[in-house]
Amino acid sequence: MSPVSPADALLAVRDLVVRYGSFVAVDHVSFDIAAGETLALVGPSGCGKSSTAAAVLQLRRPDGGEVWFDGRELTALDERALRPLRPAMQPVFQDPYGSLSPRCRVRDAVAEPLRVQGRWDAERGPARVAELLDLVGLDPAYGDRRPHELSGGQCQRAGIARALAGEPRLLVLDEPVSALDPSLRAGVLNLLADLQERLGLGYLFICHDMAVVRHFSDRVVEMRDGKIVDER
Amino acid sequence: MHPADPLLSVRGLRIAFGPLEAVRGLSFDVGDGEVLALVGESGAGKSLTARALLGMLPREATAAGSVRLRGEAAELVGARRPVYARLWGRRIALVPQDALSALSPVHPVGDQLAAAVRSVRGVSRSQARARAVAALEQVGIADAGRRARAYPHEFSGGMRQRAVIAMAMINEPELVVADEPTTALDPDTQRHVLELLARRREETGASLVLVTHDLAAVEEHADRMLVMYAGRAAESGPVDEVFARPRAPYTAGLLASLPPDAPLPAGGRSRRLPAIAGAPPTLAELPAGCAFAPRCPLAERAEQARAEGAERAERAERAEQAEGAELARRAEPAGDDRCRTELPEPQRLGDGRREVACHRWSELPDRPAELFLEHV
Repeated sequence: MSPVSPADALLAVRDLVVRYGSFVAVDHVSFDIAAGETLALVGPSGCGKSSTAAAVLQLRRPDGGEVWFDGRELTALDERALRPLRPAMQPVFQDPYGSLSPRCRVRDAVAEPLRVQGRWDAERGPARVAELLDLVGLDPAYGDRRPHELSGGQCQRAGIARALAGEPRLLVLDEPVSALDPSLRAGVLNLLADLQERLGLGYLFICHDMAVVRHFSDRVVEMRDGKIVDER
Repeated sequence: MHPADPLLSVRGLRIAFGPLEAVRGLSFDVGDGEVLALVGESGAGKSLTARALLGMLPREATAAGSVRLRGEAAELVGARRPVYARLWGRRIALVPQDALSALSPVHPVGDQLAAAVRSVRGVSRSQARARAVAALEQVGIADAGRRARAYPHEFSGGMRQRAVIAMAMINEPELVVADEPTTALDPDTQRHVLELLARRREETGASLVLVTHDLAAVEEHADRMLVMYAGRAAESGPVDEVFARPRAPYTAGLLASLPPDAPLPAGGRSRRLPAIAGAPPTLAELPAGCAFAPRCPLAERAEQARAEGAERAERAERAEQAEGAELARRAEPAGDDRCRTELPEPQRLGDGRREVACHRWSELPDRPAELFLEHV
């Protein structure tokens, strides 16, 4: 399963360690994700799933191990060197309302990553935002709305559009449908499956609903007390 | 009411916030020892309904209709607080979603349980205390004698929820209303807490109204289910029958959109799931007719048929074939627009144990999942 070298996988995590003081939250965890592949990370709360995700994204720098993304070893890079790589690996969070600023119109929220990256083009930018909204199944007219004027599902789609703005290759999906109403979950899962197929995205998928995990994932890694206890 | 009446009977319940109606005419019964699940999305009105049963509606809400508890002379809708205060704990009790808000942070858990006992029974402090410790033991809290002296913040989320269940059950009420009792907990704890609730209910013989959006929990723990959509019942019936053969398109779509409980065959079949299009309406923008119609494939199909029929008739008319137009209109029973204009009332099906509120329930195919396949 593992590629010959971690530099060949889209994402290769080797012996990842995250500590909070003396508490070891992630204890020598290793896995690979290829382009177009979904790896599910499951386990009880507190088992280290979210710490693993944060360390993969370098939102919390790991205390040990290596994170290879697209051929580069991220733990060796400083913040400055990481910055241009960040748009390529984006998180999608559980709470659709919490992940967008309540004051910000949807189109500005989606444009923000482009602006921050210095890639905003006043002429073509608005069309790009409309294209991104369309890509996630949102009528571009929703761009004028603020998060509280959207349903949970629409809001989660806006969050996904924002994550897609920087043309990512890897999405870290942290319980992306758990907070959604049941009639909206399947639609968002279908969207994620479509995007993966069209864009060849790799997914690190954190989820506790085992039926969703089985349906949606190519491989499943189970964690407990910071360690991988099962892989299938 | 006489003893053969159901324990709880709700008729035409309406709950409004000013001009906005959140619950729009809901009727159901709960029998002795029965577990009724109220299922629906946030905003469907299920939690408000639960609160109305307990006389715990927010101050701004107004309620109409009828809620009767067997043996109580008083109508509970609009009843004043003293009427309910007599019932709380003894006959009806709440297991809330947020255990922290149900427990006082400044008193030990055991004291709070003991106070609940003494509020109902004239027993001594030490007897009440012994009862409190026993109640914590019954919900599986180890070392209950010591734990009873702890404060809520010293309990884990799961233990707090157990303590709240112990408190709700301590005076053996006849009806327990559990309002999303596990939503705030992690999945493993959710399962344990639900199992505990089911076990304690069985031991005490209480009836349970379980408010949830977790269909797996419904399948496991409820006898009957009432599926709510936009403040009304979409359908109701015994859980196994509704799961086996949903009659309302909304229920059919919900059940179809659950991932199948089997791994995908290798070689990668599509991961697309059947899905309900669109989003639930907000109270301020309720559509006329059936609230689900804008998302409903049956309503959509009828609308298409109507449009096609009208178009054909128009074309024929334009060709000045008045006779042809008449034929076209008669040959194709063009879909009516009841879904968009007329509120569907609940109809009894078969032996009367099931109800469905849908103009087109009889048009639902045997495998309704196919209706929900095309939508993104």
